[in-house]
Amino acid sequence: MNYEFISISLLNGISYGLLLFLLSAGLTLILSMMGVLNFAHASFYMLGAYFGYTISQYVGFWGALVLAPIVVGFLGAMIEKYGLRRTHKFGHVPELLFTFGLTFIIVELVQLFWGRNALPFRGPEILDGSAFTIFTSTFPKYKVFMMVASLFMLLVLYLGLTRTRVGLIIQAALTHPETVQALGHNVPRVFMMVFGGGTALAALAGVIGGPAFVTDPAMGATVGSIIFVVVVVGGMGSLAGAFIASILIGCLQTFAVGIETSLLSLLAPMGVSMGVNDFGYAVMGLKISQIAPILPYLLLVLILIFRPKGLLGTREG
Amino acid sequence: MKHTFIKTLVAASVLASGAAFAQQTVKIAYIDGLSGMMGPVGQNQVKSFAEVLTKANDAKTPWAPGYKFQLDTYDNKTSPQETLTILKTVIDQGYRYVAQGNSSGVGMALQDAVNKHNDRNPGKEIVYLNYAAVDPDMTNAKCSFWHFRFDSNVDQKMEALTSFMKDEKAIKNVFLLNQNYSFGHQVAKAAKEMLGRKRPDVKIVGEDLHPIAQVKDFSPYVAKIKASGADSVITGNWGSDMALLIKASNDAGLKVNFYTYYAGTTGVPTAMGATGADRVRMVSYWNPNDSRFTGQDIVKSMKDKTKDDFYTMATYTSIRMLADSVNKAKSADPVKVAFAMEGMKSKSLNGEVEMRAADHQAQQPLAIAVWAKVDGKTVKFDQENTGYGWKTISYQPSYVGVQPHSCQMKRPNKPA
Repeated sequence: MNYEFISISLLNGISYGLLLFLLSAGLTLILSMMGVLNFAHASFYMLGAYFGYTISQYVGFWGALVLAPIVVGFLGAMIEKYGLRRTHKFGHVPELLFTFGLTFIIVELVQLFWGRNALPFRGPEILDGSAFTIFTSTFPKYKVFMMVASLFMLLVLYLGLTRTRVGLIIQAALTHPETVQALGHNVPRVFMMVFGGGTALAALAGVIGGPAFVTDPAMGATVGSIIFVVVVVGGMGSLAGAFIASILIGCLQTFAVGIETSLLSLLAPMGVSMGVNDFGYAVMGLKISQIAPILPYLLLVLILIFRPKGLLGTREG
Repeated sequence: MKHTFIKTLVAASVLASGAAFAQQTVKIAYIDGLSGMMGPVGQNQVKSFAEVLTKANDAKTPWAPGYKFQLDTYDNKTSPQETLTILKTVIDQGYRYVAQGNSSGVGMALQDAVNKHNDRNPGKEIVYLNYAAVDPDMTNAKCSFWHFRFDSNVDQKMEALTSFMKDEKAIKNVFLLNQNYSFGHQVAKAAKEMLGRKRPDVKIVGEDLHPIAQVKDFSPYVAKIKASGADSVITGNWGSDMALLIKASNDAGLKVNFYTYYAGTTGVPTAMGATGADRVRMVSYWNPNDSRFTGQDIVKSMKDKTKDDFYTMATYTSIRMLADSVNKAKSADPVKVAFAMEGMKSKSLNGEVEMRAADHQAQQPLAIAVWAKVDGKTVKFDQENTGYGWKTISYQPSYVGVQPHSCQMKRPNKPA
């Protein structure tokens, strides 16, 4: 490993991590407020990308960046009002199942409307090309935009939650919904706003992530499991925790790809060596780069065993 | 008198029915990925088959007079499980020919299922026309009488590719990046073996396998290639895995030469654009810009009709050879056709292609081509409207790619 690899991987990891945060921020907000583990959250991410693509055909990328989250957020609010709220009184399990069913419906609908193949969703021309060069590697402008947009939303979210009246009510409703209700606030409406806001954040991540990665019906499933890892590792309902976990997982995934260490190479100094055909080589010779995709889930399982409340969580799992 | 009359009547009616059913339809079930990450590749190949079939079924010059070829498409989502379910369905619907190509993982599952079905259901045999799944095992350890491969396999292509790389003195450090399934493993293995034999001075500075059709951002891999100090990358990646790899390497300004199998597949040309020029090379059995090869009319006609590029030339070879075998067998019965196809020599768009009887592996010329700007002379046809196309830099006759085989073919009894 050299400095070039480390710095470029760090940048890649952080830009991916920030996008993950944008996605999981909404999930963790909804979870902490309403106690709903929204399985459909990644589906709203996908919807964001698809709406973003279609809207960008008419008003361009920047218009889509604003409009798509509004449309999806409104959709999310309506789903909360007419679907989730009705299942709420039956407890958490029906709510969970409701959002679970929703994921399948959204994926099928997306395939019906937009087809089963990837869409040619591209960012605006101004973001093509490279922003700067580190050693000899160039770093694309689009990824810089991804980072800036995520950090900007993080700031807006933070200020919104801590500095505004609405934010204070949301925070209060988080822990003491009855008291807030007794003070004359419409708590169900606050819930609806949070759900809509959370899905809008996911959609924003979708509009940004669509051109960076691939806009296809599988995009929801790809990040869906990862954002649960983020929420659990960061601590249920903790925004700061989700932020740390997102960056951690983003970097974990990018760096792991570059690490060639295997169990066998660790044992090599002790004089252990194995051939490709020896028994157990399949496990011993496995490089970290090859198991990179499962590392986040390994982290999830370990965190649940050793620190169930997550890195910055305040309440037990 | 009465008897003769009846005989004549019967003979006449037989002739009449023969005339009425002059066109016997040979139905082929196309089972391949038409959705998901690899969907666009399958979609393109369906169009290629359609284009070839209009030629094969031409009313004036049919390839197999008296027979009409028909291809029906089934989406297996590039999944072995889905493929086996579809295979059952198409068998029930009376198909006797299946065509598949994308992913050797799927291909091997299909080959195995076809073998089992044919063992258990004599008289209802299925023939598997493999136009693109190139894991060498399918014509070696796992070879089957019911499987015919019209594409050149990994080893044949690597033999041709390394024969070219042998003389490229600039190559010093090579990185192998492949998809983590049977095909990708075979590419990595063949590259190490053959480069080691032909260019022992070349160092393999890195090797990686990534999950197929799942990586959405190849930047970490590109960073790794860069860190390894490689000047060349050998990759068997296809479809979106190739396109996204090129996209990420452009983003990071990675300046290496790519030696590929499938840089011509849907999505990759767009990703390469001008930045891939002179740096991306591809080993393949055909390209429309080489004057040794024919089929330019098919490319034009498909582009006019579908706005898509004809690149899977094996679609032509497979239908051509099927038609030739039907002619030779004077029947569309799969067992007879399979026997007729063994050792068959057909004229395809890249010259003569021979279906080696011993292992059912097509033997055909190969060409190494480089991504180059359209100049109207050596490069006339571009891909995906990029203004760039493939220019042959090394032509390799059939004998270069000839490989020994370990196939012990079990043949059924030859029908009379």
